[in-house]
Amino acid sequence: MRTLGWIAINGFRESVRDKVLYSLVVFAILLIGASYLLGQLTAGQDFKIMKDLGLSSIALFGLFMAVFIGIGLVSKEVERRSIYGLLAKPVRRHEIVLGKFAGLVLTLTVNIAIMTVALYAVLAYVGWGEDEFARQAREAPALDPALLKAVVLILVQLMIVTATALFFSTFSTPILSAFLTFGVYVAGYFSQDLRNFDQVVSSKPVQLLARGLYYVLPNLSPFDITSQVVHGLPVGWRYMTVTMAYGFVYVAILLTLGATIFSRRDFK
Amino acid sequence: MTGRSRLPIVYAVVAVITLGAISVGLQMLRDARYPLPVNDEETLYLSRRATSRLVFTHRSLVADVYWVRALQYYGAHTQQAQRQAATILPPPSALAADLPVSFDLLYPFLDITTTLDPRFNIAYRFGSIFLSEGYPHGPGRPDQAVALLEKGLKTSPDKWQYWQDIGFVYYWTSHDYGKAAAAFARGADVPGAPWWLRSLAATTLAKGGDRNASRLLWRQMAETADNEYARTAATLKLKQLDAIEIIEKLQQGVDAYGARKGAPVTSWNELIAAGLIPGVPLDPAGVPYELNPSSRVTVSTQSTLFPLPFEPAARTNE
Repeated sequence: MRTLGWIAINGFRESVRDKVLYSLVVFAILLIGASYLLGQLTAGQDFKIMKDLGLSSIALFGLFMAVFIGIGLVSKEVERRSIYGLLAKPVRRHEIVLGKFAGLVLTLTVNIAIMTVALYAVLAYVGWGEDEFARQAREAPALDPALLKAVVLILVQLMIVTATALFFSTFSTPILSAFLTFGVYVAGYFSQDLRNFDQVVSSKPVQLLARGLYYVLPNLSPFDITSQVVHGLPVGWRYMTVTMAYGFVYVAILLTLGATIFSRRDFK
Repeated sequence: MTGRSRLPIVYAVVAVITLGAISVGLQMLRDARYPLPVNDEETLYLSRRATSRLVFTHRSLVADVYWVRALQYYGAHTQQAQRQAATILPPPSALAADLPVSFDLLYPFLDITTTLDPRFNIAYRFGSIFLSEGYPHGPGRPDQAVALLEKGLKTSPDKWQYWQDIGFVYYWTSHDYGKAAAAFARGADVPGAPWWLRSLAATTLAKGGDRNASRLLWRQMAETADNEYARTAATLKLKQLDAIEIIEKLQQGVDAYGARKGAPVTSWNELIAAGLIPGVPLDPAGVPYELNPSSRVTVSTQSTLFPLPFEPAARTNE
C-alpha cells in the first residue's frame, strides 16, 4: 500500500510539473470567467448559462487531461526506459498501474477542485447584490450546493476515462490509445441507443450483439446531470450512490485488465 | 540592463510594429479587392434531427448557444421589421407568409433549443411570446406558439404556466375565447396552480374580448410574471390598452369639434387654440399622439407603443 501511495504521489508530482496541465486549467478558468459575458446576452438566463458553461468546461478540460496524461502514464516510462529502473525495485507490476492511476485521479481531483472554486467565485460575483425578484424567479440558487453533485459525477466519469486510457496504454501506442479512448468515450454516450436497438433492427443476432455491447461499453450518460442541476431538479442520493458504484466497479474492471496485461508484458 | 542588451528588444519591437502595419495594410487591401462573403445569418447550423443525434454530450450548453442565436435572430429581425413598418404599411395578418421581413427560422431555433434541453422553461415562455407577437414585433404565428408550449407540457405536465400562456395566445392573438378559457381551465386543474386561473377561465368564457377582461388578463400576468421580460411585456400591453382608451376619448373630442367647425380637424393647435386641451396630448409612453390629415388620432410610429394591437372586441365585431 505504501508503495502504491509513493507511485501515486510521484505521478501527481510529475503531472504538476507538466506545463500543458497549467495551460488547460488556466484556459478553463478563463472560459468560466468569460461565461459572465456570455450570460449578459441571454434575457435573464445568465446563471443557467454560467452553470452550463462552467460544468461543461470542467468536464471537457478534465477529459483532455484524463486522456492525454492517461495515455502517457505507462508509455512515457517505456519510452524513457525508466520502466527498467522501476521494475528493478521491489515493486509489483500491478502496483505500478494502480499507483499511476491513483496519481492521475489525484491530479484530476485537485484541478477539478480549482475549476469548481472558480465557477462558484464567478457565480458569487454575479449574484452579489441581486434584487429579491430576480433571486426568486430563478429555478435554482446561484450558489447551489447541488452543483457539487454534478462535479462529483464528472470526476467519477473522468476516472472511467482515465482507467480506459491507462488500460489501452498498457498494450498500445499513445496515439492509438488516445483514439481508442475517445472512441469509447463517444460510444459511452450512445450506449442507451444500443439498449434500444431491438426496436429498430429485427435480426436476433444483431440485437444480442447490441445488447452485449451495451453492457460491455461504459454507460457515460448517467454521469451527466448538468441539466437537472441547472434547472434545480432534485438528484437523489440513491441515484448518486448507484451511479458512482457503477463507475467504481467499471474502473476496477479496467484496472484489473490493465494490470494483468502490464504484468505479462515483455519489455525486452 | 545595458544599452547593448536592449538593442535586440528594440529591433524586435520595431519589427513587430512594422510587420503589424504591413499585415493590417494587406488585410485592408484584400478586403477592398476581394471582399469576403457575408456570413449568412439565415444559417440554422443543423436540423433538429441532426442536432439531437450529433450533440451527444453537453446538450444543455448547446441549447444555450441555440437560445442565444434565437434571441439574436428575433431581436435583429424585429428591429428590421419595425424600421420598415415605420416607413411602409405592414401587410394584413392573412399574408403573414409574405412578410417583408421573414421570421422563418425563429421556430426551428426554438424547437432545437427545447429539443436539446427539454426543461428550458424560458425558451418555451419567451419563445411563445416572440412567435405570437404580430408583425412587426414578431411573425404573428399563434399556431407555432401553441405548438411550442404543448411540446413543453409533454416534458413538464406540472407547468400550469404553459397552459396560462396557451390561453394568452388564444385570447390575445387568435381571439378564440373558447379555446383560451379551456386552456386556463386545464391550467387550473394542474396541482399547485393559483386560484385565479379558474376565475380567469370563467371571465374569459363570459366576457371574452371585453377590454376589462383583457386588462385583468395582463394585470395578472404582470403581477405573477416570474421574469423581468414577461413583466415588461405585460406592462407594455396595459399601457397600450390605456393608449387605446385615451385615443377613443380624444377622437370623440376631435370629431365633436370638427362637426361644430364644419371641417375636419388636422392639427392639435386648433384644439389648443379653442381651449379644449392644454397642450399636445402624450401617450402613456410619453410620446405625443398624432392627428393625421383624415382627422384620426393615432400613436406615433416613434412611440414604444406602436403599433397598437387589434382589440379582440373590435375584431369580433367586424
